[in-house]
Amino acid sequence: MPAPLHIITLVKWVPDSQLERRFTQENRLDRSEGILGELDEYPLEAALQIKESLTDREVRVSAVTVGPEGASAALKKALQLGADDGFRLTDDALAGADVWATSAAAAALVRTVRDQADFESDDDAEWLVLTGMASEDGESGAVPAQIGERLGIPALTQAVEIGLQAEHLVVSRISGGAIQKLDVALPAVVSVTDQANDPRYPNFKAIMAAKKKPVSAFDLADVGLAPAETVPKVELVNVRQRAARPAGQVVTDDGAGGKKIVDYLAKERLV
Amino acid sequence: MSMATSGISQVLVLLDRVNESLTGAQAELLTIAERLGDVSVVSGASAEAAAGPLSIKGVREVYVGEGEILPPDVALVDLLETAVKESGASVILGTDTPDAVDALARLAVRLDAGLITSATGLDTDGTVTKSVLAGERTTVSRAAEGPLIATVKPNIVEALLEGGAAPEVTALPVKPAPGFEVLETAELPKSGRPPLAEARVVVAAGRGVDGDLTLVEELADELGAAIGASRAATDAGWVHHSAQVGQTGVTVSPQLYISVGISGAIQQKAGMQTADVIVAINKDEDAPVFEIADYGVVGDLNDVLPQMVEELRARKG
Repeated sequence: MPAPLHIITLVKWVPDSQLERRFTQENRLDRSEGILGELDEYPLEAALQIKESLTDREVRVSAVTVGPEGASAALKKALQLGADDGFRLTDDALAGADVWATSAAAAALVRTVRDQADFESDDDAEWLVLTGMASEDGESGAVPAQIGERLGIPALTQAVEIGLQAEHLVVSRISGGAIQKLDVALPAVVSVTDQANDPRYPNFKAIMAAKKKPVSAFDLADVGLAPAETVPKVELVNVRQRAARPAGQVVTDDGAGGKKIVDYLAKERLV
Repeated sequence: MSMATSGISQVLVLLDRVNESLTGAQAELLTIAERLGDVSVVSGASAEAAAGPLSIKGVREVYVGEGEILPPDVALVDLLETAVKESGASVILGTDTPDAVDALARLAVRLDAGLITSATGLDTDGTVTKSVLAGERTTVSRAAEGPLIATVKPNIVEALLEGGAAPEVTALPVKPAPGFEVLETAELPKSGRPPLAEARVVVAAGRGVDGDLTLVEELADELGAAIGASRAATDAGWVHHSAQVGQTGVTVSPQLYISVGISGAIQQKAGMQTADVIVAINKDEDAPVFEIADYGVVGDLNDVLPQMVEELRARKG
């Protein structure tokens, strides 16, 4: 019987990008409402596909999130999609976290979830961390590499393909004008792009089953961090709203539409 | 941060790869670095490969490793860390590409420093401007402690580099140490067009082209433009996924963005609304893209595009 496998998937509760996103008086993004980040569905799907491909192995998919209490909604969605359990790290000290602070919190959460996991088998579980390609609010895409650094393991980012073959991960990613196909031993962090798979929709049975799945909440002390260890290293000086684009000119093609565009481009000195 | 007080800063620029000539983004990055202080470069390329393209006025020193170190090898971070110590850099910059972001992100953890990605402006006072929430807001921030580590978006300055003497190349004692095996490397097809993220002109195709890219390609070639696409067009398989412009794809900020047959849903808008000039062609007068277009034509792209190409050729001729 091969060793159990623990796939820890990071998800984030983010303000819906289809709606207007607001800032609080402290110049922070208003996080009072949100959804499971769309980009987080791809690593979840990748985790579930790996689990489903390993029928002879004990595999657990844990969804973990760093965020306010409302982030439980993102975990709930992850459980409906098929994750086995959920963990949330919530602490007032994390408000306004930058990349550095976010990765410190996320790495500590991953470590705690990994260490606390209990498997039927007595063998030590192998483990793997999956994330989305970027968060839809922070958009930096830098957190996965920092988690790899903090956990002392490789981080393969921007995967367009991911699979587990004979206890090795095979990951394809775009790097410097080429697609590189890499083989890496576990543990590793992989960030999964939206090209890697087609995420499933939860069905009624999965939605009902999710209600029975365990969700745990931690604060910084529970994951072994002091507030001083999550102080942002980047200081925000100011936030400005982008000036609205002035209304342009829209004409209906009267048979000279193409010529009119070129005239406009010439006037703007673009051709 | 030390930059404002010490006058001239030491700026270290990471070029994870160096080809025969610098990319547009790399040339811009070096231009920005020179405005901030004394520039040295660190690269995973071999000493021979790096010296030629980096014979540029203002590049004092180039640090390389012992042998070629390619991303995502963590040895690139060891090399960076060693080069920071050697150069005494207080500003460390890279291009806004995943490989550079990864290396600088790991460096930031090692140096207990902040990281600012996708910068669109860097000032000598140490402040960094960037656009956030898909262009909805602009923030100004700075390193609260430690060095300033940032990745810089392309298309923000005119690259102004003068050729110069060959730089001093120092090999630092760092060897490649990939924690992975490369099974295969397949070059992405080269289109002969500029890279999408760096292009000054982008022609983007959407659902309206209905699978036929001929006219869009013709217009792009006439303008020396890169080709982008909406998610609908990439999902349909008409254009490769890497050309997807939008929140989950490439964010572009060209001088001119020509939107062809794209309705302009918010996700797509997010990827291009910081373009200087937006021109839209769509047969639906209610398409949201017209709300942000500087110039829009409601019409059939099969009529409008050929006429544009013809007119552009006539003006050139």
